[in-house]
Amino acid sequence: MPLCGKVKLPQRDDFMPIKCFHSDTQLTVRSVSFLCAVMLTCFLSVAVSAQEAPVVVQPGAPGEPTRTLPPSTRAALPPSSPADVQFMQNMIMHHAQAVEMTALIDSHTANKELRSLGARISRSQSDEIKFMKRWLVARGESTSPAMQHMPGMDMSSHEMLMPGMLTAQQMAALRKAKGKQFDKLFLKGMIQHHNGALTMVKDLFDTAGAGQDAELFNFSTDVDSGQRAEIRIMQTMLGETR
Amino acid sequence: MHHSVLRYLLVSLAICLCFSATTLAQTPTPSPAQDATKAPDKSATKEEQANPFAPEPATPLPAGMTGADTNDPRAKLTPGVFDAGEAAMGIKHLILVKKPDAFQLGSNDPDDPKVKTTLGQMNVTDTSKIPKGVQLVLAQLSFANSDFAFQGNHLFQGNFYGLSIYDISNPAKANLLTTMICPGGQNDVSVYKNLLFMSVEMANGRLDCGTQGFPPSPPSTAKDGRPAAQKDRFRGVRIFDITNIKEPKQVAAVQTCRGSHTHTLVVDPNDKNNVYIYVSGTSFVRQSEELAGCSGGTPDTNPNTARFRIDVIKVPLAAPQNAQIVSSPRIFSNNDTGAFNGLSSGGTHGKNGPEKPQDTDQCHDITVYSELGLAAGACSGNGILLDIKDPANPKRIDAVNDPNYAYWHSASFSNDGKKVVFTDEWGGGLGARCRANDPNKWGADAIFNLQDNKLKFASYYKMPSAQGDSENCVAHNGSLIPVPGRDIEVQAWYQGGLSVMDFTDAEHPVEIGYFDRGPIDPNMLVLGGDWSAYWYNGHIYGSEIARGLDIFELTPTKFLTQNEIDAAKTVRVSELNVQNQQKIEWPRTLVVAKAYVDQLERSQAMPADGISTLRQAIQSAESSHLNQKDLTKLKSLAASLAQSAGSAKSAADSSRMNALAEILKNPAR
Repeated sequence: MPLCGKVKLPQRDDFMPIKCFHSDTQLTVRSVSFLCAVMLTCFLSVAVSAQEAPVVVQPGAPGEPTRTLPPSTRAALPPSSPADVQFMQNMIMHHAQAVEMTALIDSHTANKELRSLGARISRSQSDEIKFMKRWLVARGESTSPAMQHMPGMDMSSHEMLMPGMLTAQQMAALRKAKGKQFDKLFLKGMIQHHNGALTMVKDLFDTAGAGQDAELFNFSTDVDSGQRAEIRIMQTMLGETR
Repeated sequence: MHHSVLRYLLVSLAICLCFSATTLAQTPTPSPAQDATKAPDKSATKEEQANPFAPEPATPLPAGMTGADTNDPRAKLTPGVFDAGEAAMGIKHLILVKKPDAFQLGSNDPDDPKVKTTLGQMNVTDTSKIPKGVQLVLAQLSFANSDFAFQGNHLFQGNFYGLSIYDISNPAKANLLTTMICPGGQNDVSVYKNLLFMSVEMANGRLDCGTQGFPPSPPSTAKDGRPAAQKDRFRGVRIFDITNIKEPKQVAAVQTCRGSHTHTLVVDPNDKNNVYIYVSGTSFVRQSEELAGCSGGTPDTNPNTARFRIDVIKVPLAAPQNAQIVSSPRIFSNNDTGAFNGLSSGGTHGKNGPEKPQDTDQCHDITVYSELGLAAGACSGNGILLDIKDPANPKRIDAVNDPNYAYWHSASFSNDGKKVVFTDEWGGGLGARCRANDPNKWGADAIFNLQDNKLKFASYYKMPSAQGDSENCVAHNGSLIPVPGRDIEVQAWYQGGLSVMDFTDAEHPVEIGYFDRGPIDPNMLVLGGDWSAYWYNGHIYGSEIARGLDIFELTPTKFLTQNEIDAAKTVRVSELNVQNQQKIEWPRTLVVAKAYVDQLERSQAMPADGISTLRQAIQSAESSHLNQKDLTKLKSLAASLAQSAGSAKSAADSSRMNALAEILKNPAR
């Protein structure tokens, strides 16, 4: 019977026979009654499935069967790693220097493009500092690196520089520069600084069990891609500044 | 009293209180929009240091920039998780189906040590007042809803922790069929016949969909101090057989070096036996110990770097278990020198600098339009255009960048392929970027004209209303609404809600509809809002990150008539994967004709008596079920329309007249 051939009933397509019914205008009485039976079964199964409770399932590895889990199943988090916390603490310090650098722009240069870029870097990194602090506090962690609290450590020097951070000398030179000279130092410095952040992200993911937290993963991936994009913009600007 | 209120608010900072939010919603709170206009004084800065949860107002607008509208009704909505204030224009909310229980954190005990520690940090020691049934804010993103795919009566909603499948045969009564547990984020999904594809990038993804992740201490450590690989880790594209909608089976898991942040289904019109998947990996390159052949670095030091490329998976439909990577095209290469990092600045608008090697090394999202043989890629620092006539070997044919763009995030074509809408996900979606002082050119759409395979910038579009300091908001995923005669997109803006944009005039996009809720929490940024907003067969679906699945319908306004909505509803598709863009074809019916007439009236393309003559003739033909006399009348009107089309005021009106004439010449029953 041609109709039966058309009315294939894949398990997931309950609506198909209804479509077929509409599209076929030359129905015999027998086929209509057959179709009605199919539709009735179909509607019944729809009605039943609508009342059925949703299922919770967990697939296996490729080729392995899927398991049904109890409806009471609740989500769980992957283990956290000490490297996650260190990454966030160090990155706060790292970002703080970028904000410090951008704060110099207004008084050191009139370059419109640089001002606009600086405003965006400042804004993004200040927001990200807040994000990192929230992440740490919500997990009961300190917002500054543990080493800072070590007695006898000389905090006045920049001994504890994160990768890419400008040295005290570099910062002093930046503060002293004006105009085009400042633009150049700023761009070079910020490219170095951003590259350091990329190193920090790489080191994080090269650590076993690190970076499994979704927010940390998303954040660090964004830091990576966002700063790569800014490096590219700064490289272009550096070309124009020369 | 103030003290106890403060304490109560502090508690809500630490935990997302579904129940207490009700109370909070009624507590008068200062308008975030008003705060945003004030520069933070010193004492506020001090307070922020004490409480990093306090949302931060935007810094003053950069010179020459314009911010968001603080007088918009959306700017001052009351907060809440499930009872937030709402504002809408041209959109009616039908239903919110809450996120499945299986995607909620197991620990909801206020006495949980984690909750206690958190509160302790905030100087809240008495946890006895905290209602039962609370949820930690800790894990917002771990269980966030992500992207959608559609097939028949089924909606597939990705979640960082798995997938939900809904029956949407009656959208107003959508119901959950299946919750599939399989963590790995983002779990963006596509669907093709009996196959479902899912993007995995996170470090906790496992081949077996296990939830346990991997232990923090390495089982063994390699010589160079790098940890041993995890052979059970999965980062790439999973393939499921969904023949039984209540029991998806994993049939393949194709590993990639950078995982899969998003992916794009590519159907080759000339190949019925295979489909292709473009994999956009944005994350770190894993170690070669874990997946052979993977290494990162720059092209000058490593010619095999897994950066600077996308991966193409070929999926044999008869044997999906044999899916594998067939190419890793270097789509950022310099066409002359062949350098992988050769995306030139030649396409840059607003700059005349010399061409320089660039370091765009990833796409975030690619939309293919196979009918045109084109793809638009949003690739971190650039928007690019690809020729995909040979799907396994896409070739870049144009590239642009933009000084106001932080991160090229997604792309979509107009139906005629003459425009491309890119989005800038400034801040990655976790930040508040629609505050009063956030520039409306940052974190916005950029609309480009596309002619002779060249992209040319036309304008920016940003959801115009100011949003609160505690609302994550930036341009995100959207789809076309198939209104004939116009280019209309519905788009998600996270907690900025959804915005319907008309970009028929690429230089002057306008908002014609919206829906928005107040912030989840007024005092801290709790991740939420719409990840995607897509039109599918007559309804708009919103993937709400924190709350669940939202379903809407359009309602008529002066910007969009009932006839135009009805015409959009005549377009039906059997599957929808938004990044695999299909050409929309409208039936030659009078329903569609009426939409064109409304548009010609709105744009004053024809005199009023001409409009009413058309309307009467169409009305008469509808009543008579297209009798001969009415058909003859329509045919004569068609002829004169086709004539006037040549002298129409705008290209849009001209094509409306031609399309209308085509229908009236020979309307379908």
